[in-house]
Amino acid sequence: MEFDWLFFCEVTLAGLGSGALLALTALAFVLIYKATKVVNLAIGEMLMVGAYLFFSFAAGFGLPVWLAIPLALIGGGLLGAIVERTIIRPMLGESAISVFMVTIGLGSVLVGLVEIIWGAAPTQLPDFMGTTPLFIGDAYVSRKIAIGFAVASIVIAAFVLAFRFWRGGVALRATATDQGAAYSCGIDVPKVFSAAWIVAGVAAAGAGILVGAVGGISPTMGVFGLSALVVVIVGGLDSIAGALVGGLIVGLVEAWSGTFIGGEYKLLATFGLLILILMVRPYGLFGTVEIERL
Amino acid sequence: MTSAAPPILDVSNIEVIYNKTVQVLRGLSLCVPRGRIVALLGSNGAGKSTTLKAISRLLELEDGAVTGGAIRFDGADIAPLAPHALVRKGLFHVMEGRRIFDDLTVEENLTAATFALTGRRAPPKSFDIVYDYFPRLHERRSGLAGYLSGGEQQMLAIGRALIADPQLILLDEPSLGLSPMLVEEIFTIIARINREQGASMLLVEQNAAVAFAVSHYAYIMETGKIVIDGPVETLMRDQDVREFYLGMGVGAAGHKSFRDIKHYKRRKRWLS
Ligand SMILES: Nc1ncnc2c1ncn2[C@@H]1O[C@H](COP(=O)(O)OP(=O)(O)OP(=O)(O)O)[C@@H](O)[C@H]1O
Ligand SMILES: [Mg+2]
Repeated sequence: MEFDWLFFCEVTLAGLGSGALLALTALAFVLIYKATKVVNLAIGEMLMVGAYLFFSFAAGFGLPVWLAIPLALIGGGLLGAIVERTIIRPMLGESAISVFMVTIGLGSVLVGLVEIIWGAAPTQLPDFMGTTPLFIGDAYVSRKIAIGFAVASIVIAAFVLAFRFWRGGVALRATATDQGAAYSCGIDVPKVFSAAWIVAGVAAAGAGILVGAVGGISPTMGVFGLSALVVVIVGGLDSIAGALVGGLIVGLVEAWSGTFIGGEYKLLATFGLLILILMVRPYGLFGTVEIERL
Repeated sequence: MTSAAPPILDVSNIEVIYNKTVQVLRGLSLCVPRGRIVALLGSNGAGKSTTLKAISRLLELEDGAVTGGAIRFDGADIAPLAPHALVRKGLFHVMEGRRIFDDLTVEENLTAATFALTGRRAPPKSFDIVYDYFPRLHERRSGLAGYLSGGEQQMLAIGRALIADPQLILLDEPSLGLSPMLVEEIFTIIARINREQGASMLLVEQNAAVAFAVSHYAYIMETGKIVIDGPVETLMRDQDVREFYLGMGVGAAGHKSFRDIKHYKRRKRWLS
């Protein structure tokens, strides 16, 4: 049988598209983990809330898209700020596992709130990207996926640059390395914590709008966060580059296995990959292995 | 010395407790006059680092608390200030073990220290002031700080303090793990920074000889309080201090009476 290269390319492009969204979500996760060492299992639900906020502003209040998007992003940032101030900061100094459990609880609460406010039925976001398909060469790409990919890439690039070159990025990395020393340099560590949660909230809301635009929204769309979790474990919990590469790898593996082996093997392939990578690199592909000096 | 202005640092009668159970400081008092270097000496576990952490308020990060007494920096009580706010007012703590940011570059380490200037002035355009004192850091400026040698890491730790342009620097064992030559180099620079930048210093050291060489006044502490203090010239002449801190004997052992030996045992507790 002849291998259909064109079809393979199309699947690959779709995989890269969803991989970029995974990478963006993973980035939000990494940001929080880096700054505060909190493993935030509610990241998928924060993403969902962002999508529903956009839905409310655009469909509910009938606001134009250019206004609904920033409002939803602000809402996502606000959610991050509230969660940090009311739930995470009071738990400062508690064991990592308790904080981890609290974020699981937070995820359930967010799902419950969304069901109460918007109901449990899946819906579509109002279309704001258009539907005319794009072609790269001969390969077909859905317009939504292409736009999602482009936006996610730009945002991720902005993050990477800010991390490297902006003074605030240095403060965040310093805090991640040694909180006590960061304080001793005059860095307002609690402010870094808040900022990380706020920015992560905005990024998650943005990812939510993109994911919702592609696949519709429902109170269960937070499971997208599970794939993002695989991404960060593959890439390394504290690595921006890892989130990026991990996102693309997981996106591709999901797309290929879902299409060529069968949808029911998608999870098997993804988690098989996870186990494989962890066996070779326990800290993930790019996770920090501390600099050891003897 | 000025008599009108209050001393830059005034610690009176503080008590410190860790984990709400272990008392480490028991009524410790000391004072750093403006522009001076004051040494704080004592054996391992005496509570020197704890004293510095109480002053910079970093103690709270380790579940320690000041339960009595008062600490005044530049005339004002530090109790209401968060650690980073205190740094921004000009009190910089160079912590024990250097505590540089391993996975940041040398330059980024210095950038991190510019946050100490928040509310005072804009971050500096260049780090030349640091590179003037430590040319070696200039060569390594874009390398990861984790790969610097121990001596270079200590230079970087002091360099961060320079960037912060503080009124008072707390230095915790800058000689730790350095070769004798490097110790001399670092202490020469410490004395220069004191002279040229006008920063007052509270210097914790195990190496009493080198601390005495740069300090104006010294305190010696033992299990949580000060046991001896005085101007360095006076302490240098003190028999006990000479014997137990500077490692200089007082003549042949045969000359010591039995009373001296008991005395020795009592004093020996300062040593580890
Ligand atoms: N975080 C902490 N929790 C509990 N106890 C502590 C803590 N830090 C220090 N201690 C105890 O307080 C005492 C004084 O410690 P500190 O570090 O101040 O001593 P030091 O004089 O700096 O000694 P060294 O010369 O070895 O650095 C020690 O008995 C130590 O065990
Ligand atoms: Mg110490």
